[in-house]
Amino acid sequence: MRIFITDRENKEHELVAEEGRRMMEIIRDAGLPVKAECGGCCACATCHVYVLEDWFTKLTEADEEELDMLDMAFDVRDQSRLSCQIIMSDALDGFKATLAPDYD
Amino acid sequence: MMEKTPVRTDVIIVGAGPVGLFAVFELGLLNLKCHLIDILDRPGGQCTELFPQKPIYDIPGIPNCTGQELTDRLLEQGKPFNPVFHCSEMVTQLEKNSDDHWQVTTDYGTLLEAPVVVIAAGGGSFMPKKPPIKDIEDYEGTSVFYAVRDMDQFRGKNILIAGGGDSALDWVNNLQSVAKNIGLVHRRKVFRAAPDSVNKFISMTDEGKAKFHLGQIAALHGNNGQLEGVTLKCEDGEIFQDCDILLPFFGLTMKLGPIADFGLNLHENLIPVDTARFETSQKGIFAIGDINHYPGKLKLILSGFHEAALMSHAAFPYIKPDEKLRFQYTTSSSNLQNALGINKK
Repeated sequence: MRIFITDRENKEHELVAEEGRRMMEIIRDAGLPVKAECGGCCACATCHVYVLEDWFTKLTEADEEELDMLDMAFDVRDQSRLSCQIIMSDALDGFKATLAPDYD
Repeated sequence: MMEKTPVRTDVIIVGAGPVGLFAVFELGLLNLKCHLIDILDRPGGQCTELFPQKPIYDIPGIPNCTGQELTDRLLEQGKPFNPVFHCSEMVTQLEKNSDDHWQVTTDYGTLLEAPVVVIAAGGGSFMPKKPPIKDIEDYEGTSVFYAVRDMDQFRGKNILIAGGGDSALDWVNNLQSVAKNIGLVHRRKVFRAAPDSVNKFISMTDEGKAKFHLGQIAALHGNNGQLEGVTLKCEDGEIFQDCDILLPFFGLTMKLGPIADFGLNLHENLIPVDTARFETSQKGIFAIGDINHYPGKLKLILSGFHEAALMSHAAFPYIKPDEKLRFQYTTSSSNLQNALGINKK
């Protein structure tokens, strides 16, 4: 399956994704600039993405921990998610998201 | 003016995360004394800063422990060797002195000297996250601050604090008494902070002593570094909020920091080492844990533990050039057991 990630220069990247992996890992391993400092355990908010509207509703809802952690992200929007909390599945084939602005 | 005399020790460890803490133990077994410097206010590094309550499953022999538990156990293990901690301090300078020893200076003014320096700095220094708002750097140090060192500097000011965690709420509550006006901007009505602080803040807003803005900062306005106000993006559009001080509290992020200026060879912000000694391009400076780089490197705590043991043996001759290093096991060596305090009972 594939996902489409738009970077901060507005360039879209088509990435191959495997079922069961965290979306952050797919984005990071493709060399796109997500810091993902905590390694994917929902503890740093440096893998923040904006999910394209239609896809947002297909995701399982963010839990309380993720919502808390989003408080440490910048410019949080209705479609904000931490990509380390999105687990790839067939239902997400074609998924689209944009990298959120990063802290200096 | 009299020059400050540095404190002498055997090894200076930069970074008090799990790998720095285990290095205390391995160096201690060789009868070497350590001072540790860390920018955080307590030992543990990422383990206590990022995931104190989250489980770690890949420490050999410990099937399951939290970041805090691992840190506590490492501190206990190193305790017999009396390490000296310099917390909330950042190494700003590393240079050779006239004795051919390394001299380390911190931003707090601590001066240490040793034949060996071990860099165990993980992902670098934890520093406050700077929100990517346009031109924010023009206001840093004059109107925008990421930490409060002296409350008096904010006396009579019109303060806006951003964030929804403990730091944000604590500082609203503490600075309220000195500020002319104080407000808190946060993206939702939920706070991830101690219930006491939240309750105190809510009662202050009820009494009109503090103002709550539901929203996020979108832009800064001012001249010559002096902030005059911010644009807040709220649910029903943008509003202007006047303020002359902004304190953003969005947690910490890791940056290489002054390590970049230590004169060491770097490879993509990591420090290349050899895998027999874990020494850097400078004699007497070693790098262990996530900060180092070598072919096949895995960023695992257990790799750092192994590196700490080999580093200790390689470092020994720099510190005790006239002594022969004897390799001993803790299980059988009565010397080591005495050092660990095991036979004292």
